[in-house]
Amino acid sequence: MKIHFVVTISRQGKVRLTKWYSPYSHKERSKVIQELSRVILTRGPNLCNIVEWRGFKVVYRRYAGLYFCMCVNQEDNELEILEIIQYFVETLNRYFGSVCELDLIFHFHQTYYILDEILIAGELQESSKTTVHRLIDAQDSLVEAAKEKENTVSYIIAQ
Amino acid sequence: MNPFSSETRLRDMIRAIRACKTAAEERAVVRKECASIRAAVSDNDNDYRHRNLAKLMFIHMLGYPTHFGQMECLKLIAAPGFPEKRIGYLGLMLLLDERQEVLMLVTNSLKQDLNHTNQYIVGLALCALGNISSAEMARDLAPEVERLLQFRDPNVRKKAALCSIRIIKKVPDLAENFVNPVASLLKEKHHGVLLTAIQLCADLCTVSEEALEYFRKKCTEGLVKVLKDAVNSPYAPEYDISGISDPFLQIRLLRILRILGHGDADASDLMNDILAQVATKTESNKNAGNAILYECVETIMSIEDSGGLRVLAINILGRFLSNRDNNIRYVALNMLMKAISVDGQAVQRHRATILECVKDSDASIRKRALELVYLLVNETNVKPLTKELIDYLEVSDQDFKGDLTAKICSIVEKLSPEKIWYIDQMLKVLCEAGNYVKDEVWHGLIVVITNASNLHGYTVRSLYRAIQTSGDQEAVVRVAVWCIGEYGDLLVNNIGVLELEEPITVTENDAVDVIEVAIKRHTSDLTTRAMCLTALLKLSSRFPSCSQRIKDIVNQSKGSLLLELQQRSIEFDSIIEKHQNLRSALVERMPVLDEATYSGRRAGSLPAAVSTSQGNPLQIPNGVHKTAAPLLDLLDLSADDPAPQSSSGPNFLQDLLGGDILSSVSQSGTTQPQKSGADVLLDLLSTGSSLAQNGSSTADILSISQDNKNKTSVNALDSLSSSMANSAQSLPASSIMDLLDGFGPSPTVPNDNGPAYPPLVAFESSSLSLVFNFSKQPGSPHITQIEANFTNKSSDIYTDFIFQAAVPKKSLVMRIRISYKLNNKDMLEEGQISNFPRDL
Repeated sequence: MKIHFVVTISRQGKVRLTKWYSPYSHKERSKVIQELSRVILTRGPNLCNIVEWRGFKVVYRRYAGLYFCMCVNQEDNELEILEIIQYFVETLNRYFGSVCELDLIFHFHQTYYILDEILIAGELQESSKTTVHRLIDAQDSLVEAAKEKENTVSYIIAQ
Repeated sequence: MNPFSSETRLRDMIRAIRACKTAAEERAVVRKECASIRAAVSDNDNDYRHRNLAKLMFIHMLGYPTHFGQMECLKLIAAPGFPEKRIGYLGLMLLLDERQEVLMLVTNSLKQDLNHTNQYIVGLALCALGNISSAEMARDLAPEVERLLQFRDPNVRKKAALCSIRIIKKVPDLAENFVNPVASLLKEKHHGVLLTAIQLCADLCTVSEEALEYFRKKCTEGLVKVLKDAVNSPYAPEYDISGISDPFLQIRLLRILRILGHGDADASDLMNDILAQVATKTESNKNAGNAILYECVETIMSIEDSGGLRVLAINILGRFLSNRDNNIRYVALNMLMKAISVDGQAVQRHRATILECVKDSDASIRKRALELVYLLVNETNVKPLTKELIDYLEVSDQDFKGDLTAKICSIVEKLSPEKIWYIDQMLKVLCEAGNYVKDEVWHGLIVVITNASNLHGYTVRSLYRAIQTSGDQEAVVRVAVWCIGEYGDLLVNNIGVLELEEPITVTENDAVDVIEVAIKRHTSDLTTRAMCLTALLKLSSRFPSCSQRIKDIVNQSKGSLLLELQQRSIEFDSIIEKHQNLRSALVERMPVLDEATYSGRRAGSLPAAVSTSQGNPLQIPNGVHKTAAPLLDLLDLSADDPAPQSSSGPNFLQDLLGGDILSSVSQSGTTQPQKSGADVLLDLLSTGSSLAQNGSSTADILSISQDNKNKTSVNALDSLSSSMANSAQSLPASSIMDLLDGFGPSPTVPNDNGPAYPPLVAFESSSLSLVFNFSKQPGSPHITQIEANFTNKSSDIYTDFIFQAAVPKKSLVMRIRISYKLNNKDMLEEGQISNFPRDL
């Protein structure tokens, strides 16, 4: 299985997240996003979640106002990709607590951190949600600890 | 606080940008922000680098250029603290891609971080490397990653495994280094490590045959056991998804078993039980379960057959097909296409359901179902299937019609049991969606029509009816016009009525009406109108009473701005008026178009030189745009249009050869790309090659009609080619003798090739002599080129000179007839030439 890219777009066509696992130049990226937006945003609600596009398959799912799309090869298991998308969104949900679009906007870097704990090189990395949480939490606390350290008097004196 | 200083917090900047009402406002805000970030960058500001990079990433996501921030990523990565590295690596992955050279500068930092004691930092480095490394970086850092496959922490091990996947993709030679570490990873208990190791193993197997063999021997059993454990494992909340324990792991195990079992009976044996268990026990009410079943079916289809499993698999697909979930149905259709090659019978059982899917509201499903139906159709079910498809054609969407039409035509063509059914179905399709139909399709229809001689009457009457109702479909009009022209007499005299036909009375004028309407309709294009003119010519011969009316209609196109129409109308008018003696011979019934030849040529397999049962119509294109249809030329030639411009006397030969030919020959040359390298003029001269040309450009010159007396009349004005035999293929009933008029300069045959034969005085009378010069091309000894020289022995002028020759099948004898006008008196000379050189 190889996921070529992950894209999250809003109903209005605004891009909230993009992650590219295959080489696409910047121009190609914007073109891809434009095309995909057009194809996916115009699909009706009862249609299947798989679109054939440029020889690949794009599996997408809509959550409230956001479309999460992943592009895979023809021979890949689309149903599994749907599960991966669900897995990702559930992890986001647990992390942010009832995630909404604003969370993805204002905390975009955390969204990416979470995605990086789930996928690397277009492949699934971990199937346990708790493990992912544990890792993210651990890293977040490292960051917190470093911030606190910066604010202690001794640190400031040491600079 | 200045909203645009580097002290601005990230969220304030985001708020400011989102508050913009217009794009211009947003651009202004972004510009100011970038300026302050740039200032901070050049000041080498340490404090807010972290924040600035985050801002930069947001701006990048909006679509603005952010190249000036790339070095910031590097600096942050090089910083010692975790937060800096974290955002630095994220920036690296977001702002750069593998093709940029700046990336190389990170290699050193990456190396250090890969050796860090803090496992999270190692993780960051592995993640970045796995996502965007280039080939050189991959090669440089491969040893580190390999080592990390055995790191103490599973988190790092799993990341290292995925990173290795990328390394192997970028540098396939390094694959063997990873085989052993992976083998030990496959024995782990940690799900994440297992997942990633299996994926790495799968990639190794695709890259290297030895790896595949190794894993097949060593690891298949172990993996089967792991799958068994996974399937039978008790409830574990950590891995539970919709009641199934770690479906991701199960799917990956199924996948690797597929790779290992494919093509190997022993390995496939080991998996039988567990596959059967998965196929039967997995719950299929949730997507996770269906994903596992889907993967299981794929695996069963790929490994070596063991009877029962395949049946299980197709049953699962059958269940999928009737599932209400669109995704499941889509996936099932996909899989069924692959299953056809495995067990076609089983798939046929689901034909009805698949047919329903063709009518689904979802475009993706419709498309898949149509392709599947196309694969399923065979002789037994072609009739009901086609009926269903044509019924659906009427209600389908515009964008689907093209696909659907093409598939229906293809099915009908391949598998029609009898001609009448074929003609009926094609008529229906054309009436419904003629505008979507490609040219080859209706050409093929005409070929079949000519071959079904007992159905000519039925066909022309059906078409007559069809054009009344569906005159807006161009293809219908074209086929109808052609048939009415060709078989108009059958139409009017109700010949060949079949039992199932309803009676219909069509007068000659009705038939001409139809064509007149077609030619006058403003939506008719060039091809259609040209065909109408040809049909009218035919009808003027078949319906002599309408001749004047037809002449008037034809005359109306004389002033057409389209060269093709103008030329045709002028020429036809000339025939109707002045050459009545020729006319009936010219427009006699078309000989049967050879189906095999046609389909062969369509497949592109035939060379340009082809002879069929008719003669070799020669074309002198007149420069009008040619369509790409290979057979259209034959159809346009059906009217056997001559092109004797009303020139008179021996001069016309010169006209032909001197004026038009040289320019038009080059065009004909371009339409014969198959001819390799040969002289363009020579192409024109070799018989049958002209068939490759395109039709609508024809000012068809040669008229050949085949009559029962085995006599072929050749209009010498038209003949420029000079072969005795048409081609290497067997000659038709009467072979054609085409004669080259020796007046032209270079179009003559290169007489200096091949063996030489003495010239032959073929015919001699008091007023005329005819000399044949023979030559053969060195490469084709069975083709003889004859150059005929006519000499006018009198001092008078001969006009309307016509030379006709016929050769019977058996012997090398030629009967000739020469007619001409001398002082407006018709003269006729006949003779027989039997003294051809023996060894010709």
